[in-house]
Amino acid sequence: MDVIKTDVAIVGAGGAGLRAAIACAEADPSLNVALISKVLPMRSHTVAAEGGAAAVIKENDSLENHFNDTVSGGDWLCDQDIVELFVNEAPKEMMRLEHWGCPFSRDPDGRIAVRPFGGMKVERTCYAADKTGFHLLHTLFQTSMKFPSVKRYDEFFTVDLIVEDGRARGVVAMEIRTGKLFAFAAKAVIICTGGAGRVFPFTTNGAIKTGDGMAMAYRAGVPLKDMEFVQYHPTGLPGTGILLTEGCRGEGGIMVNKDGYRYLQDYNLGPPDPWPRKKAMELGPRDRLSQAFWHEQQKGRTIKGPYGDVVHLDLRHLGEEKINERLPFVRMLAKSYVGVDPVTDPVPVRPVIHYTMGGIDCDIDAATPLPGLYTAGEASCLSINGANRLGSNSLTELLVFGRRAGEHAAAFARSTEGRTGGEKSVAGAADALAGRVTDLLDERHGTESIAGLRKEMTATMESGCGIYRSEDTLKETTAKLAELRERYQRVHVTDKSRVFNTELMHAIELGNMLELAEAMAHSALERKESRGAHQRLDHTARDDANYLTHSMAVRGDGLEAPRIEYKDVVITKSQPAERVYGGEAK
Amino acid sequence: MAEFTLPPNSRVKEGKTFKAPAGAKNVKAFKIYRYDPDLGENPRVDTFEIDLDDCGPMVLDALLKIKNEVDSTLTLRRSCREGICGSCSMNIDGGNTLACLKPIDEVDGAVNVYPLPHMPVVKDLVPDLTTVYAQYRSIEPWMKADTAVSANKERPQSPEERAELDGLWECILCFCCTTSCPSYWWNGDRYLGPAILLQAARWINDSRDEATGERLDQLEDPFRLYRCHTIMNCTNTCPKGLNPAKAIADIKQKLAERVL
Repeated sequence: MDVIKTDVAIVGAGGAGLRAAIACAEADPSLNVALISKVLPMRSHTVAAEGGAAAVIKENDSLENHFNDTVSGGDWLCDQDIVELFVNEAPKEMMRLEHWGCPFSRDPDGRIAVRPFGGMKVERTCYAADKTGFHLLHTLFQTSMKFPSVKRYDEFFTVDLIVEDGRARGVVAMEIRTGKLFAFAAKAVIICTGGAGRVFPFTTNGAIKTGDGMAMAYRAGVPLKDMEFVQYHPTGLPGTGILLTEGCRGEGGIMVNKDGYRYLQDYNLGPPDPWPRKKAMELGPRDRLSQAFWHEQQKGRTIKGPYGDVVHLDLRHLGEEKINERLPFVRMLAKSYVGVDPVTDPVPVRPVIHYTMGGIDCDIDAATPLPGLYTAGEASCLSINGANRLGSNSLTELLVFGRRAGEHAAAFARSTEGRTGGEKSVAGAADALAGRVTDLLDERHGTESIAGLRKEMTATMESGCGIYRSEDTLKETTAKLAELRERYQRVHVTDKSRVFNTELMHAIELGNMLELAEAMAHSALERKESRGAHQRLDHTARDDANYLTHSMAVRGDGLEAPRIEYKDVVITKSQPAERVYGGEAK
Repeated sequence: MAEFTLPPNSRVKEGKTFKAPAGAKNVKAFKIYRYDPDLGENPRVDTFEIDLDDCGPMVLDALLKIKNEVDSTLTLRRSCREGICGSCSMNIDGGNTLACLKPIDEVDGAVNVYPLPHMPVVKDLVPDLTTVYAQYRSIEPWMKADTAVSANKERPQSPEERAELDGLWECILCFCCTTSCPSYWWNGDRYLGPAILLQAARWINDSRDEATGERLDQLEDPFRLYRCHTIMNCTNTCPKGLNPAKAIADIKQKLAERVL
């Protein structure tokens, strides 16, 4: 196999990967950075983030507020030392992004404008209309082009990590247009491949979000932390799952059931007026709003639609001018995909899988337990998001920790440890991993269809591991996933072409997703409590005595189920308490 | 003497037909360009009959249905399915657009689906976009400002100044416009094309950027900018409703004003 030598290999060129690449290049221009992405620039899913990025940039706010909102939003499963660093660094990163040209929306005084998001005491979401992720990604991509040491490998699909002598030594990646495999020999590797929402059938996530990097780290023996925590966003379009930003509610949008009633007041989020009001009603946290939908559905108060039950998101009172200025993309999406103009009609919405709180275990420096391996963005789990991520923290997270991952990976690459050994063995190790790809193209391979297995996987995740879970449903799901992993060994790839073989990629992605689905379902089965986004019908209360702890899914050998271990949560200044929203919220 | 031989792989053959399932009542034909260089054959057009009663409303829904259920070798780029990532740009019913934003019922008769025109085809609906990305890099699309600014403060920009970017900042780099431009087809190696010139205008119009003169200098060239002959295909085809032709005209006007 051909070897490409580099100093730092970054897998994934979304927001986190680009921020890491810039940080590496700024830390030491003599380091070669390989930025490896399975898609072209600007196709990564950061592009679809809408509402904004949280940072304390106004005088009426404080770092303490941001800290408290994040920790209580995460139902105290956040590591507080890391949250503290995060809120401290957030304003500086936001200003840096502005200096790089991000076209933020502005206040009349020329400063960056902020809007409120759910679970926030003070409005602190910096935004660029309702395309903040798009503009953030574009700004980072544009800025990255300044640095000659950053070499892009667009449309290279990373298959696996190369691990030798207990250290990450690089990755094996396929050049998609030729089908040729390359070994990237690197002193440090950063995984920034995003979340795994595509494990579920109904998700805001783009088709590329198959959790490849998480699965690679998992196979290399790195634990996946808190995988049972998967966030439902309360306002997705029925049918497609396309996201309508929380900014809709931040700007004053309301949610009503089939009787036109603002049902959230029945779920400890009221009273409904005065409106808008922080941390109340429609500006409660995402987990609570999605769970309220489920209860309304049980009571028969949702609205029947062609794509299942919905409630209404009503923006009409905002008026056309404000909708056009603040929410132009939302208007386009609603018109195109459900044929509703939010200016004149309420928009049907329902909860939709949105964000993987869990991910690759890493520390405050974005370092994983595997020396030489770093991670940032949705692929990682620091954890600052705990059991439920606060809206608009994810874009900020990829800035703060993308940068830290880049700087620490650069420092590792320059260290004695980073510079020694490995070069000779990388090619051999890479050859051993290549079998995962070549086997799939083997004529004698089986008859299981990719689309068929994928459909069964997503169906069992939704039925057994959704908004509400129980031991029975989770056991059914884990059994089904074990069966699917076994059948996956006989998956069939029809396309034998070497050139741009997307079917081959989909087969590898499916293998990755099956492993991640199993980590999610087993972590959920073992957590016998309800916390944040993880709600058990058979264990309805939070249980701090037994479960104020991070779950760590460790991959089993072969087809064995993962082993679930636990790791302490770091609590510094905020002791676990009841999460209070609505009229009583502080 | 003039040469009348077509370049290799220009003749497109008729391909296979995949019939709709028995009992389908609402059938639409999708005629899709297929090319796999590994086969050593000329491109072909395959026909897929799809039951629209069992398919999402957009052309992308039909293409993914074909890939999942009929022919898994069909090759295209796709991700967000909501018109923001730009992956699934292609030529549908004779116009360049995003498959995820193109309703099937807007097309009368069979739906013809081809890759973006006049780009080298890698496979099926996947064009080679190496050149356009290199051209993007060539305009140095990053903030250039020498004025010192505090690390803890933003560069001020009034809402009115920010609004100067409206119509420019929304471009998703799908390159529907560039590949619809006859001038780009002819001089794509030297003319920057509408998508990249729209990006150039985005930086020229940004009140925070301090390199306007340098950026205009770089564009003042018979090919890079002035191969725009106001054909307007770019504006006609933009799936995001932008107007690259106007942005190019504004750049030309700024250059003219400099010498007046």
